[in-house]
Amino acid sequence: MIPGSFSYHRPASVADAVKLLSDLGDDARPLAGGHSLVPMMKLRLATPAHLVDLHGIATLKGIRRDGSNLVIGAMTTQHELLASDDIAQSMPILHEAALLIADPQVRYRGTIGGNVANGDPGNDMPALMMTAGATYRLEGAGGARDVAAADFYQGAYFTALEPGEILTAVSIPVPAAGHGYAYEKLKRKVGDYATAAAAVVLTMSGGKVATCSIGLTNVHETPLLATDAAKAVIGTSLDAATLKKAAAAAEAIMAPAADARGPVEYRKHVGGIMVTRALQRAAAKAK
Amino acid sequence: MNDLTPTREQRSAALEGMGCKRKRVEDIRFTQGKGNYVDDVKLPGMLHGDFVRSPHPHARVKKIDDSEALKVPGVLAVITAETLKTVNLAWMPTLAGDVQMVLADGKVLFQNQEVAFVVATDRYAADDGINKVIVEYEPLPPLVDPFKSMDADAPVLREDLVGKTTGAHGPRKHHNHIFEWTVGDKELTDAAFKKAEVTIKEMISYHRTHPSPLETCQCVCSFDKIKGELTIYGTFQAPHVIRTVVSLIAKLPEQKIHVIAPDIGGGFGNKVGAYPGYICAAVASIVTGKPVKWVEDRIENLTATSFARDYHMTTEIAATKDGKVTGLRVHVLADHGAFDACADPSKWPAGFFNIVTGSYDFPTAHLAVDGVYTNKAPGGVAYRCSFRVTEAAYCIERAMDILAQKLNMDPAELRLKNFIKPEQFPYHSALGWEYDSGDYHTAMRKMMETTGYAALRKEQAEKRAAFKRGETREIMGLGVSFFTEIVGAGPSKNCDILGIAMFDSCEIRMHPTGAGIARMGTKSQGQGHETTWAQIIATEIGIPADNIMVEEGNTDTAPYGLGTYGSRSTPVAGAAIAMAARKIKAKAQMIAAYKLEVHEDDLEFDIDGFRVKGLPEKFMSMKDICWAAYNSVPPGMEPGLEAVSYYDPPNMTYPFGAYLCVMDIDVDTGVYKVRRFYALDDCGTRINPMIIEGQVHGGLTEAFAIAMGQEIRYDEVGNVVTGSFMDFFMPTAVETPHWETDFTVTPSPHHPIGAKGVGESPNVGGVPAFSNAVNDAFSFLGATHIQMPHDYWRNWKAAKDLGAVA
Ligand SMILES: Cc1cc2nc3c(=O)[nH]c(=O)nc-3n(C[C@H](O)[C@H](O)[C@H](O)COP(=O)(O)OP(=O)(O)OC[C@H]3O[C@@H](n4cnc5c(N)ncnc54)[C@H](O)[C@@H]3O)c2cc1C
Repeated sequence: MIPGSFSYHRPASVADAVKLLSDLGDDARPLAGGHSLVPMMKLRLATPAHLVDLHGIATLKGIRRDGSNLVIGAMTTQHELLASDDIAQSMPILHEAALLIADPQVRYRGTIGGNVANGDPGNDMPALMMTAGATYRLEGAGGARDVAAADFYQGAYFTALEPGEILTAVSIPVPAAGHGYAYEKLKRKVGDYATAAAAVVLTMSGGKVATCSIGLTNVHETPLLATDAAKAVIGTSLDAATLKKAAAAAEAIMAPAADARGPVEYRKHVGGIMVTRALQRAAAKAK
Repeated sequence: MNDLTPTREQRSAALEGMGCKRKRVEDIRFTQGKGNYVDDVKLPGMLHGDFVRSPHPHARVKKIDDSEALKVPGVLAVITAETLKTVNLAWMPTLAGDVQMVLADGKVLFQNQEVAFVVATDRYAADDGINKVIVEYEPLPPLVDPFKSMDADAPVLREDLVGKTTGAHGPRKHHNHIFEWTVGDKELTDAAFKKAEVTIKEMISYHRTHPSPLETCQCVCSFDKIKGELTIYGTFQAPHVIRTVVSLIAKLPEQKIHVIAPDIGGGFGNKVGAYPGYICAAVASIVTGKPVKWVEDRIENLTATSFARDYHMTTEIAATKDGKVTGLRVHVLADHGAFDACADPSKWPAGFFNIVTGSYDFPTAHLAVDGVYTNKAPGGVAYRCSFRVTEAAYCIERAMDILAQKLNMDPAELRLKNFIKPEQFPYHSALGWEYDSGDYHTAMRKMMETTGYAALRKEQAEKRAAFKRGETREIMGLGVSFFTEIVGAGPSKNCDILGIAMFDSCEIRMHPTGAGIARMGTKSQGQGHETTWAQIIATEIGIPADNIMVEEGNTDTAPYGLGTYGSRSTPVAGAAIAMAARKIKAKAQMIAAYKLEVHEDDLEFDIDGFRVKGLPEKFMSMKDICWAAYNSVPPGMEPGLEAVSYYDPPNMTYPFGAYLCVMDIDVDTGVYKVRRFYALDDCGTRINPMIIEGQVHGGLTEAFAIAMGQEIRYDEVGNVVTGSFMDFFMPTAVETPHWETDFTVTPSPHHPIGAKGVGESPNVGGVPAFSNAVNDAFSFLGATHIQMPHDYWRNWKAAKDLGAVA
């Protein structure tokens, strides 16, 4: 439980960070809150020779509006997400989900950038970002590009990030006023990753679901967008038969691993239940 | 006397003696981060040791190449079994009469077994070194399932025992067999079953778990070559035993070994025995001439340092149709892992499991325990319980519920019907114990009244009907548990550790100003001894508890004792304290008589001093007597005021309690909610009610963890899959239910202050309460016994197997 030796760098700008990463090559890793990376280093599952700490880069922090988008700097901590009134009001599902991440100690250091860039299917933010239709800004030696969250995740710990690139911000379109939302997460205890979790953002019109998107956490090697399940509920009043259909459609795309949280069958089953419950709660909240 | 003269109540309260909710004096340093733990010990020139561990559960070690490791800057030495053989320490004796490899000798027998010890100038270098030691293994077939240990074709695990047909506890039936232990009258019991009207039989497993104290096991060993002295700072629950063991196995004179147990961050049985880390650190210090620190990390603690439980108990009860028990038959398959490293008194291979008749008047019983080896970490220790008592309590409490279900009787009623009656004490159990005192009916009825048991059963019946009608997906369970513990090991007639009788001790030294210091052979790991021991002395001799300093853990200054585990401190050391205090008091009485110019017999003790009978104004305070002890003792008497007592208890003590758990379970997810938990404990005389409450809260939290998910699990090929707190369930304040505590007081008749011990009761009684609640919840769907742990997915699986979820 002791990491190997590494050198530590603390650039003051994105340009410097990008330059360091491309100069140092594969042996270098960006360091954000360290709450995913450092445990891996302690187990020597990750043995970077260089850590490029992003804490010195002031421009990577903060929450601002850009038109109808909420733009969150990569180094904004989960605690700062929770402290933001703007998020609580315009994007309450982000507030709700951030509260379900571990405990205050983790949230004081863990960042949104680290959480979404890590590529860990257990992290809660990625599925949420997919549900909300977010895009990530990636900056590297070759310049900046935007990648949709839905296109970012390729496999467990495999993402669209190119070597030497850093994720600088996430940009989330603010959902329509009066939308309903819910993040339902089943976990064994505080500090545990989801056995299964579902994010739902929907709008209702005349008692029927008008728009809906559903994201799934930790039931596959990547976060998932449950498109068929979302389609199944559009135009319905979420009657029992529809909920069952939606849960089944969601379960059909799940492929969780068996672990101490339970066998595959259980994790899929409760994944379906999280979808059902999130839909019901979201609908009840929609105006 | 005037208005300012304190009343008797005020004088008594000023002592903060027994019965007072005195605040824990140790918390002043703990809450400010000023405790002094082993890892705080930093000696000049100190080196650090760390282990290379086996990735394989069973393999032959072909070769260990340390050449690259020795090139790592800071790495000074790599110790292997070959090194240890030169000092005859490659193997060490266990407390259970087995031997255990200190470092892999030819073979590894469990995953994460210690293979080599890397010594370096700091922990980082040591870890770098570990990664450079190249070990060549030849994997062997792993044996994981204890039920297959004694198969004819089971692999031979312990090559050192090949051909040995007897072990420390009698004949061995198989190459993977450790011992068989039988108690009770087999013929009589078999006969009771033959003519029984009703019988039940169930294989009740108590899964492998782990004490997991927040502070892991650690030590600093410092060998002084000039003086030939070895000083060991360590996380030891029994420092004197460690000193003797080190002396015997390292062949060092015992007076040249100094064992110091500083503040300890929880023990729960994990810190009783000796571990390879201690031996390796000591050898490394002898080899290098420098102090060597060894600190385990969490993964090492969970996966290699002694586990607990792993008892598989086939349990049968014979009874009459109307619910009177007539016989008990239990066979236990005990999985000890690779080495039998139980920390039980030497003659008790299955501890006090023969308390398995519990609180019930079984006319006859028979018990057989078979211990076996598997490719798992060695143990098992008594995790917050007297030796194997929690397994026994779980076994009988679960079985009584199964019987109640079969008889269609309420489980509380069945218990009331079979309790040992108050007039039967002292009670001789069918499996050989003499229960000291108890009033089970009163405790049970108080539990039932306080919790509104009858109303809860009614609510449950309504909820069940609603569930059947499809109106709810939630089921409700009531977990009744009535446990009897056996603690206070123990009387020299039946308890010893490596030949040392399990007495305990206290030395009290009063100073001239009416203050004093008291030292014991026990060692607090969080129990609050510094607080409670002083309270006993305060009441016994009339000196305020605040004036008594309590010191434990230094073998040079403390009288010899067997340490703290098995709830033995209050029953044994607590008695020694009272007896030593009484010696002080007796001498004080002689001094007071001399000073007051009366005969001793004319004096009576009055709270904080001696008074002449019939002459209330003639009084001498203990404080003044202390002063007099140093300047004007009666002619012929030695000055000073000190006493030592070594207490060999005449019997164990038998705390008991009635617990109730009310639980709701969502069948669709298996998620449970403990709606209510009520714990009534009877631990005899109560020394400090606040500390008792704290102990009960802590023990219940551990019981909750164990029953609801805390498990050391191996996969089919012997990989341990629960190596961190992510998967090993350690509840936080968020998961922990609210605890309601209550009590009755039935003093122990043989203990000087009537106290019985309480630290472990809640773990012993709590586990069956939780498990019975889960089982009770599912019983109306047709379940008879669902194995622990009852985590979410297993609850869901139970519901699914019973057809309650699609
Ligand atoms: C006990 C515990 C429980 C947890 N439970 C949860 C949970 O329930 N849900 C949850 O979502 N998370 C959980 N976490 C994870 C936590 O939220 C992490 O903080 C988060 O996943 C990673 O963020 P970080 O800032 O700590 O990133 P780091 O650990 O510093 O980095 C993670 C990875 O991302 C890379 N990286 C970081 N920032 C960037 C960037 N800007 N651009 C490119 N690459 C980058 C790093 O190189 C590294 O590979 C838990 C953590 C702990 C310790």
